[in-house]
Amino acid sequence: MTDTIKHHLSDKLLMAYSAGTLPEAFSLAVAAHISMCDECRARLASFDAVGGALMEECSDADLSETAFEDTLALIDAVDMTAPATAAPAIGTLPRPVQDYIGGDLDAVKWKSVGMGVKQAILPTSREATARLLYIPAGAAVPDHGHRGTELTLVLQGAFADEVDRFGPGDIEIADEDLDHTPVAEVGADCICLAVTDAPLRFRGFIPRIAQPFLRI
Amino acid sequence: MFSDADALEITGTSADVPPPVGALLSIRGNGKSIEPVIEKTEEHTQDWAQVIARIRDKRDRAAFQRLFSHFAPRVKAFLMKSGTDASLAEECAQEVMATLWQKAHMFDPSRASAATWIFTIARNRRIDAIRKQRRPEPEDLPWGPEQEPDQADALALQQESEKLGAAIAQLPEKQKDLIEKAYFGDLTHSEIAEETGLPLGTIKSRIRLALDRLRHQMK
Ligand SMILES: [Zn+2]
Repeated sequence: MTDTIKHHLSDKLLMAYSAGTLPEAFSLAVAAHISMCDECRARLASFDAVGGALMEECSDADLSETAFEDTLALIDAVDMTAPATAAPAIGTLPRPVQDYIGGDLDAVKWKSVGMGVKQAILPTSREATARLLYIPAGAAVPDHGHRGTELTLVLQGAFADEVDRFGPGDIEIADEDLDHTPVAEVGADCICLAVTDAPLRFRGFIPRIAQPFLRI
Repeated sequence: MFSDADALEITGTSADVPPPVGALLSIRGNGKSIEPVIEKTEEHTQDWAQVIARIRDKRDRAAFQRLFSHFAPRVKAFLMKSGTDASLAEECAQEVMATLWQKAHMFDPSRASAATWIFTIARNRRIDAIRKQRRPEPEDLPWGPEQEPDQADALALQQESEKLGAAIAQLPEKQKDLIEKAYFGDLTHSEIAEETGLPLGTIKSRIRLALDRLRHQMK
């Protein structure tokens, strides 16, 4: 997988993820891509090294006099179990995505959005929205513009749009200038993680039919 | 820096050939209980991997105290620069240091310097305690006691980390200011420049090699 990926994360996304300032939904897309891509895993580690260097350069803040003893007390209070490392995912979806679904693909609660396309919104903080998209082989997601930035990570299958072809692990970074029509490749249904920082609008205020496509 | 003599004492290797400096990183699992004589005031980043290994293997509180006195004030300062008030920053710094103790077995010196690793723990604490959000993390690569980090990889990574630190210190003021703003949380992702101008090519290649080696071992 990791060698066939052509479309990667941008430096600014990696830096913001490393700094810890991305909205949760964006962090999910970044974490999912890195789970599939060692190149970006290494790039992220180099951005983390920048954070380490900046922290190393911070002039010392004064600690309370009992800081060390307090920390030992903290350790003694909770040091019973060595935390297990998160095992790699079993199944189709990368682990961070499974964590938000509470299982693999078969646990996704899809909702139809028409023309065979299905979606499932994942529970992240409201500054940005993350959803899984299911596009039947050969089908198109109707043309949709969007406000803000939209990331689309292919988890299974492939799609093509006006920009390029995107296969498993590829991530498309689209700003608001791009109106695109992703079409799933013939042969396999396409499953994507799509996140956007446009807020959820209209929910509960306007009749359902007036909601824009995909409720973004 | 340790002298070679110190290294010999620590690792218990044969005296025929002075061990490479990288051998300093290998005190794990040799069954020896010789205490290294540590009488330095000036820390060298490379030593931290060894200190963390002592915490991991021997639950060595003296080693932990050294790590604490160097890093806890920096973690607190880092959190305060990120807009956290002093008392919450103190509390979080203590929690970060306690986490280091607990997760010492997860530190991989071929992929991160100690400062980098501690930064990531402090950052996660900031997201969790201060921004009150979940932090989705990538899948871990399998990593356990049966897989020793490659010594040469670890040493090379420490050197690259030092070079990066020096390069950042020498950046033009304006550029450095923007990078600090990004890491202290004063910029949103859309405000971060597309071109960071950071010299990350070499350290990235190093880490990539270490990842490839790890993937190879997993097969
Ligand atoms: Zn990538």
